[in-house]
Amino acid sequence: MFRSLRVRIAQGRQYIGDLRAASPANFRGLPVIGAAPCASACQACVDACPTQAFTRLDPLEIDLGRCIQCGDCAPVCPEQKLTFSNGCHTAAVRREDLLISAARPTPPPIAVSAALKKQFGRSLRLRSVSAGGCNGCEAELNAVGNVNFDLGRYGIEFVASPRHADGLVLSGPITHNMAEPLQLCFDAQPRPRFVLAFGACAISGGLFAQAPQVERLFLAHNVPVLYVPGCPPHPLTLVVALMDVLGIAAGTP
Amino acid sequence: MTLSPHLLVSAQNVLSHVEFIHDLRERLQDGARPLTYFGEKRADGRVELTALLQDASGLSVLQGQATGDDGLPALTVQFPQLHIFEREIHEQTGLSMPGHPWLKPVRSPVAPMGTYPFFQMEGKEVHEVAVGPIHAGVIEPGHFRFLCLGEQVHHLEIQLGYQHRGIEELLVQRPVAHGAALVETIAGDTSIGHAWAFCRAVEALAGVDVPLEVEIVRGIALELERIAMHLTGLSGIATDIGFLQGGTTWGRLRTTIINLSMQLCGSRFGRGWLRPGGVRFGIDSAQAARIPVILKDFQRDMNTVTELFQTSLSVNGRLHEVGTVTAERAAEIGLVGMAARASGLDLDLRTSLPGAAFTRLPMALSKQVTGDCWARGAIRVDEITRSVAWIAQAVVLPGLDNVRVAPIPALPPNALAIGVCEGWRGEIIHALQTDEAGTLRHFKAQDPSLRNWFGLALSLRGNEISDFPICNKSFDLSYCGNDL
Repeated sequence: MFRSLRVRIAQGRQYIGDLRAASPANFRGLPVIGAAPCASACQACVDACPTQAFTRLDPLEIDLGRCIQCGDCAPVCPEQKLTFSNGCHTAAVRREDLLISAARPTPPPIAVSAALKKQFGRSLRLRSVSAGGCNGCEAELNAVGNVNFDLGRYGIEFVASPRHADGLVLSGPITHNMAEPLQLCFDAQPRPRFVLAFGACAISGGLFAQAPQVERLFLAHNVPVLYVPGCPPHPLTLVVALMDVLGIAAGTP
Repeated sequence: MTLSPHLLVSAQNVLSHVEFIHDLRERLQDGARPLTYFGEKRADGRVELTALLQDASGLSVLQGQATGDDGLPALTVQFPQLHIFEREIHEQTGLSMPGHPWLKPVRSPVAPMGTYPFFQMEGKEVHEVAVGPIHAGVIEPGHFRFLCLGEQVHHLEIQLGYQHRGIEELLVQRPVAHGAALVETIAGDTSIGHAWAFCRAVEALAGVDVPLEVEIVRGIALELERIAMHLTGLSGIATDIGFLQGGTTWGRLRTTIINLSMQLCGSRFGRGWLRPGGVRFGIDSAQAARIPVILKDFQRDMNTVTELFQTSLSVNGRLHEVGTVTAERAAEIGLVGMAARASGLDLDLRTSLPGAAFTRLPMALSKQVTGDCWARGAIRVDEITRSVAWIAQAVVLPGLDNVRVAPIPALPPNALAIGVCEGWRGEIIHALQTDEAGTLRHFKAQDPSLRNWFGLALSLRGNEISDFPICNKSFDLSYCGNDL
């Protein structure tokens, strides 16, 4: 009894009150493209990037859906125009919104979806499917329900059965061997339902986009309603995006 | 032969398959321990075989070759710990393995469910329970098939391969500079462990010596990863037996540690920290002053919750004598790492092949004897305490802020390099082979999970299905690390 109380007192208050205002110290999150022009014909960053996240050279453009935040581009830039901020409000509702440049440094803010808010605004049940994920994304998905982020306070939880789920949270590039189980899982979800792509692998194939073992047909038929970029994404990226799209006000309850 | 955690073989002595099998058998009989054994199919149809062995004088390599016509006599019956290696060689190269008791698929290709060759048992009381690939939690996919006699699990068969994404082939198709980011996702919860093994292999190949300070920073990164993932395991075990205070408190303590990693390198999983030639982030004096304070608070809270957990009657009742793997069995099947030490084996590369960091600051070996779920929990507690103490000593060493990534020169032709690292689950092995032009020809990655999944299967024997979640959590193996 006293031991249990000691642990409880040491635990204190762990939850983050205002999730939108939280700012993870020294997180290598959002690539920041400086305004300085590139040296002519230089493509050092393109060559250093393991996921071909630089989709245009002039003006320089980065696809957050491919970027794995490894940071290998920053040290090779002779103009030192690539840095990373700890920005984690990077999710988007449209795939093309993940393209950033010096002129458009972040994806646009996520607007409340009237349809999603009406259907799931007070209760959202998610089913996670790892289809080739490395357990990085899965670890961060587990973290959104922990005592710090505590997404359960807004009625958002992961459930065991697809029968109980509204949204399917996809992580991993979709391996050939997971393509069928993934489809079976989604088929088992009652309507209304949606797919959410979590992490660079799910959004673009990430490091495995060119692997012959990857089979991404599922996404051609089931376009995600939310893209959560990162490798793995910070839990706040998912948490804040869900709050935004469902219209959950800061600080409540 | 060397006591280093890396090895370069530039003048390769490739034996005929008859000599190779003879020598391998002899070395194993003399007590050498196999760390890995793999095959590479060459364009001319030959299969080149490499066995990495460890004995008192360190690491050594045996190389041989065989063709499809020869086949390769299986040694699994005599040395059961080779079973997974011989299955993998057969699967990756097509080489026949006469005498192997069961060439069960390791990962790929996964046959359709209806045709997968599951082990069959017959009898009136026999029934099967199938679980997966998708499980109830937020967890990677794999299929488990319980063969039960009444209430008791007679055997658990594990079918993996769902996460296979071709990492070994992808790595050799890409520039060496892109390799680190890729190996960090072999098992994304062991990014540091795999990155360090890869760094050691590349540095051995390229002839790059990294300074002690770099190795110390890598050691700090590795031990932070160990603490964080051991806490994930403890939190999971506590949650799975309904001991929620343990689950939430250890979970909260893990947040402290992964956020510390993030403050040092920008990633909660240590991504982008280690690169061949060095480390991208050092530890400055302000951080070095702050870290021991954080760790002291951490250890205090850790001790409080551990005491609560280990003195609880329900915890003791649920974890003792469940999921036991004896020392004899563990040695026989080639269990490695934390799970092997929980069964009483003296296996830890940080003590047997310490490298510069663990020579400068030695790490004592943690061990339990009972080999049950309790032991695999208790060893985590012990290792966390040792890692915390190690980091506190390491961060105050001089020069940790003055580190960089040295350039990697062109790789030598026709060379084989090995890098090993004791990650939180156990030994990680990376082998890189170059061709006559000095480009990467073959990559073999081995996560400790490859060898330990069979240990989980054995731990279930004679237990009940309801014991599976805690047995599974107590091993906490990687699906993607097995599947590559």
